[in-house]
Amino acid sequence: MTTLVEKVSPSVPAKARAGARRAKRRRTVFFFMAPAFLGFLIFFGYPLIATVYYSFTRYDLINAPVFIGFDNYVRMFTTEPLVGTAAYNTLWLVVILTVCRVVFSLGVASVISRLKSGVGLVRTLCYLPTLAPPAAATLAFVFVFNPEFGPVNRFLRLVGIDGGLWFNSPEMSKPALTLLALWGSGELMIIILAALLDVPTEQYEAAELDGAGPIRRFWHVTLPSISPVLLFGVVNSIIYALQFFTQAIVAASASAGTADVAGNSKLIGAPQNSTLTYPIWLYVQGFRYFNMGYAAAMAVLLFIVSAAFTWILVRQLRKSQHQEEGA
Amino acid sequence: MTALAEAPQRAAGVPPKVKFKRQWDKRLSYIATHAVGIALGVIFMLPLLFVFLTSVMKSDQAMTASLWPTEWHFENFVEVFEKAPLLSYFGNSLLYSGVATAGALLSAIPAAYGLSKLRWRGQNLFFMLTVAAMLLPPQVTIVPLYDLWVRMGLTGTLVPLIVPYFFFDAFSIFLLRQFFLTIPKDYIEAAKIDGCNEFQAMYRVLIPMAKPGIAATAMFCFLFTWNDYFGPLLYTGENRDHWPLSLAIASFRGMHHVEWNLTMAATALIMAPVIVLFIFAQKSFVKGITFTGVKG
Repeated sequence: MTTLVEKVSPSVPAKARAGARRAKRRRTVFFFMAPAFLGFLIFFGYPLIATVYYSFTRYDLINAPVFIGFDNYVRMFTTEPLVGTAAYNTLWLVVILTVCRVVFSLGVASVISRLKSGVGLVRTLCYLPTLAPPAAATLAFVFVFNPEFGPVNRFLRLVGIDGGLWFNSPEMSKPALTLLALWGSGELMIIILAALLDVPTEQYEAAELDGAGPIRRFWHVTLPSISPVLLFGVVNSIIYALQFFTQAIVAASASAGTADVAGNSKLIGAPQNSTLTYPIWLYVQGFRYFNMGYAAAMAVLLFIVSAAFTWILVRQLRKSQHQEEGA
Repeated sequence: MTALAEAPQRAAGVPPKVKFKRQWDKRLSYIATHAVGIALGVIFMLPLLFVFLTSVMKSDQAMTASLWPTEWHFENFVEVFEKAPLLSYFGNSLLYSGVATAGALLSAIPAAYGLSKLRWRGQNLFFMLTVAAMLLPPQVTIVPLYDLWVRMGLTGTLVPLIVPYFFFDAFSIFLLRQFFLTIPKDYIEAAKIDGCNEFQAMYRVLIPMAKPGIAATAMFCFLFTWNDYFGPLLYTGENRDHWPLSLAIASFRGMHHVEWNLTMAATALIMAPVIVLFIFAQKSFVKGITFTGVKG
């Protein structure tokens, strides 16, 4: 580039020209990116770092933060029992919900991908629940899974099964939440469906001619070609489970059927703390009990775990981006 | 390749009996998959149907195991508005979602342009940081942010929820960038040769071409804020006057806990705008979702 400019106009100092152009380009980039940079620093960068600082303090929002070293972390790992319950519940969701969500979405997507007609309609019906506001969807599910008069238990009674207590029992509350999450996993279904439809049909035809049955075709043709999307689904579901909040907190108070969610922290986690997820306990510690330092310590731990999975997704994204650019 | 070339010969060599059986197998699997497909669609719709059917029942029937309303009480929907100031909650929701969406577009369009159509050092890094901001749980940064808004005296209002959208909304930036990448750079170059500066090129060429993508981004932003529960609970939890619908609906159940029919009527009312939005803009939704997924 510079050599060309030198040849065309040797009278003007090329370096100065290029410098001016670069300065102009820098101004342009700054003009476009300034709000985003500023917002990123204020609403993401700063609080991310400040959380680490607060995690080493005792802070109640009114009095100045007091530095207490690792006390919050020590308390988290030793004396305070409910954080363990909360971590267990979230871990339960991370494992069970992730597996169910990916397998279920893959199952539904492969059924839809085989339809010869009505693909659009079925896809729409399966995706629609995803849009329901989580608070409203949870209320709907608390009603549908009501142990006495809910339609689900009524159907189960018809076929002779004694339906469980669902949201009202500590054993069944998390499976009920998982079903609620599956009902709303249409987004992942559509992503997987798009990937399934992208698999070249020649590969299926070739496999069929080689004598591969439907199961072997699925195993040797479908799975390898959609594995990046499945990885996306797994990590995305893990991140989803790590931040599980609204459905659990609303289900707890709605199934107990008393006072409002915002004002009452006694109901949180009901029944018997089985729906107390890690983000909920963080919220209660920080914004109900005003143990901001302790909440920050919980946030740091949540950050470390989610950052690990986020990193996998970002790396995956970068890889597919390079492929796009290379193509 | 060789296998493909052999195909017609093999098919010709198949005895008629086997051929007949294969046709039947195909027909059976056609019926089976469609049956499963229809069943899936129905199962997914059932909860919504139950919500609707219960919402028009009499209050004592809603407490029984009957599924079909004996009398249709559409006035339940009106009664909900009398029992709770739903209109004001609705207004708050609209304010939060509407202004936040406008802010997100205003700030994210130039940022997405900068990330897809300009070249600069640190571009990739900033993009990856944006993706990280999009994926990390909101609880990770909430303590200092809340502290910040308390010190500014703005908790108890919707301001802390709306203002960030005017600067940085990671998801909108990400989604818009994906859309902008599909528009060839040549159009921008041509505009610049015709004498446009970068801003004019964005405003006159890219934005009109990316309208469907911008519409999809706006819808996702609207949907996210409309459905948001954690943010409003945190910042407006103490101040009922600023509650959006998502918060109000959850406590509606607490206040009228016997009346499932009214709770379900309120539930149907908060779901309705979203469903209507989807019916009108299905294609953009699907496009937007496939863009969020990683392409293989």
